[in-house]
Amino acid sequence: MTSATTRPASDYPPGGDAFRHRHLIGIAQLTPWEISYVLDAAEEWVEMNRGGAAKHDGRLAGLTIINAFFENSTRTLLSFEIAGKRLGADVVNMHAAQSSVKKGETLIDTAMTLNAMRADAIVIRHASSGAVQLIADKVDCPVLNAGDGRHEHPTQALLDALTIRRRLGKVEGLTIAICGDVLHSRVARSNILALTLLGNEVRVVAPPTLIPPAMERMHVTTFTDMDEGLRDADVVMMLRLQNERMDGAYLPSAREYHALYGLTPKRLEKAKPDAIVMHPGPMNRGVEIDSSVADHPTRSTITEQVEMGVAVRMACLDILTRRKRGVPGWN
Amino acid sequence: MELKPLHILNARLIDGDAPRPGSLLAMDGRIAAIDPTEVPEGIEAVDAKGQWLAPGIIDLGVFATDKPAFHFGGITRAALMPDSGPLDGAGLVERAAKGGKPDLWVHPLAAATKGLEGKELAEIGLMKQAGARAVATGRARIADAGVMRRVLAYAASLGLVTIVHAEDEGLTAGAVATDGEMATRLGLASAPAIAEAIAIARDLCLAEEVGAPIHFRQVTTARGLDLIRAAKAKGLPVTCGITPAHLFLSDTAIGDFRTFARLSPPLRSEDDRHACLSAIADGTIDVLASGHDPRGPEDKRLPFAEAQPGMAGAETLLAMGLQLVRDGHIGAARLFDLLAANPARLLGLEAGRIEPGLEADLILIDEGTPWQVDAKKMAAWAGNTPFDGMPVQGRATMLWKGGQRIR
Repeated sequence: MTSATTRPASDYPPGGDAFRHRHLIGIAQLTPWEISYVLDAAEEWVEMNRGGAAKHDGRLAGLTIINAFFENSTRTLLSFEIAGKRLGADVVNMHAAQSSVKKGETLIDTAMTLNAMRADAIVIRHASSGAVQLIADKVDCPVLNAGDGRHEHPTQALLDALTIRRRLGKVEGLTIAICGDVLHSRVARSNILALTLLGNEVRVVAPPTLIPPAMERMHVTTFTDMDEGLRDADVVMMLRLQNERMDGAYLPSAREYHALYGLTPKRLEKAKPDAIVMHPGPMNRGVEIDSSVADHPTRSTITEQVEMGVAVRMACLDILTRRKRGVPGWN
Repeated sequence: MELKPLHILNARLIDGDAPRPGSLLAMDGRIAAIDPTEVPEGIEAVDAKGQWLAPGIIDLGVFATDKPAFHFGGITRAALMPDSGPLDGAGLVERAAKGGKPDLWVHPLAAATKGLEGKELAEIGLMKQAGARAVATGRARIADAGVMRRVLAYAASLGLVTIVHAEDEGLTAGAVATDGEMATRLGLASAPAIAEAIAIARDLCLAEEVGAPIHFRQVTTARGLDLIRAAKAKGLPVTCGITPAHLFLSDTAIGDFRTFARLSPPLRSEDDRHACLSAIADGTIDVLASGHDPRGPEDKRLPFAEAQPGMAGAETLLAMGLQLVRDGHIGAARLFDLLAANPARLLGLEAGRIEPGLEADLILIDEGTPWQVDAKKMAAWAGNTPFDGMPVQGRATMLWKGGQRIR
């Protein structure tokens, strides 16, 4: 079954005009219909991934994908690796956090090295905002941003949009509360861009020390009172709170954060009765989210988000390598 | 070597309200006469062919002695910031002062504190004897108000102005941009623009209390400029400067993570930029400088937050200044007050104006010549200009230092 919201292919511009980007750097470069195009493509992969023991499509056979992770990650790296392998590509992981980068090699040198290895796509995570763009400007193959500093994490926003669309039947006209450490969060930035672009009312709920400047220019409303921010929300999207934020610089303590901003069952009552609860993981149970909410059988989408992540990344890898593979209409 | 007299004819002199036709005679390295009625026989004559004849630019606060860039830009004197070294001892100052010989005057600025660490007074008196003409806090301000107060008082007693950087280090810790939509969209750590006004307010209080002259090297925000304006109205010996970057660019220039636009202080909002233009027009700003800080790819071809701040500004300073004139913000005379006369006064130099008796540091300017800024073809030893690709007009065609033709 595909979601009722999937559009027929004829609704999109033909061939490569449906997604006119060489790289996936951020949501900021995308149009609403390009987002929708990726989500529709991902729906097909959800079906295949659920379809039994053999989960393999050979369309990327012979292509090399390098996952260059300059910052530690478990789930995103695994998700991209599985996505590449399910499409038949040769996937190589480079844990740059413990490689020559540590020995002083510059990012540009590393990029040139990866380029010389003739990768067909490079997936990059880096701790510094803008680092992925910097590499994309220097290499010949498509680059996918798997998170750069506090800037963007586009595949996360796409998988979140897909999750919402499948759960609530649409991802427009909804009230969505993004709660937690928005200041340091690339997940929040990409989601704010994607969800406002798709026509939702987006709220940011956070302590004042963790709200970025000029949020009104991002077309969101800000709340420092969580109960108020959650009122009548369709979606409650929690963010991970890094431990180092709770040492007194931004927040007094984890327990105070939980008291004021933790998602408890009681607080969730402020949202709509059928509101869904999302979290990009990994969770700090008992800090930003209570276990009873995180594990709620009908309202929590947390494991579904992980599932959608693989499908969305398969869609992105497929779409971005079409030019290279000579798919008709993509040149 | 005997210095030959120099006669420049058919020039348009920048010595009054507007460029005016005239000539100039220089002898023994000094300006001997304006519009001389008689000149010695057989001396070297230069036909300026109607070009502007202006005082050589005195660039207050550069980070490198980069002669090719200075010569291209019409800069005859550079006041060198104390950061590289740092210049905190008499020997270092003496050596830095010689770094320009024979074709550039270098005026080292004495580090205010030992190692520029902001803790102990440096040997300012000995550095003055070695040639330092002002004191500077370097790239950062002195965090400790007590130390800053003592620096101001001590420098003032020696007749030296203290040149300061104005950013509150608590607010700007870790920041690489100014708070605003651009920083938020790019996911860059940012600081509120008031970090500047807070620093200015503190130092104005201290300077007033001890009666010391103070120069804020760069003031780039409306709030900061308001404080300077008010202090001047009160009659305090306060001056301030700016670079063309904050007059012509706002923080939208850092879009796409352009590290050439990573500056210290960071680029500001469009509102602040307009406030800077008003302040240069109304006389609040005294000095226009390049902030010349050439940075190679090892410092700039990096993710934005990891790149070093700074720009190669020497070559574009004159052209951007002329743009202020063309845009009607200031007149030609005021431009050369900003570029030469005011810096000369702050440093106590007998230069910076077209006036008999002063050093014959002169430039001829073809003010209309169009050219395009190209980061790849700069005379500076690095091309990190935030104006890359911009079409500009005007350049120095000839340059004399103490009556000696350099270019």
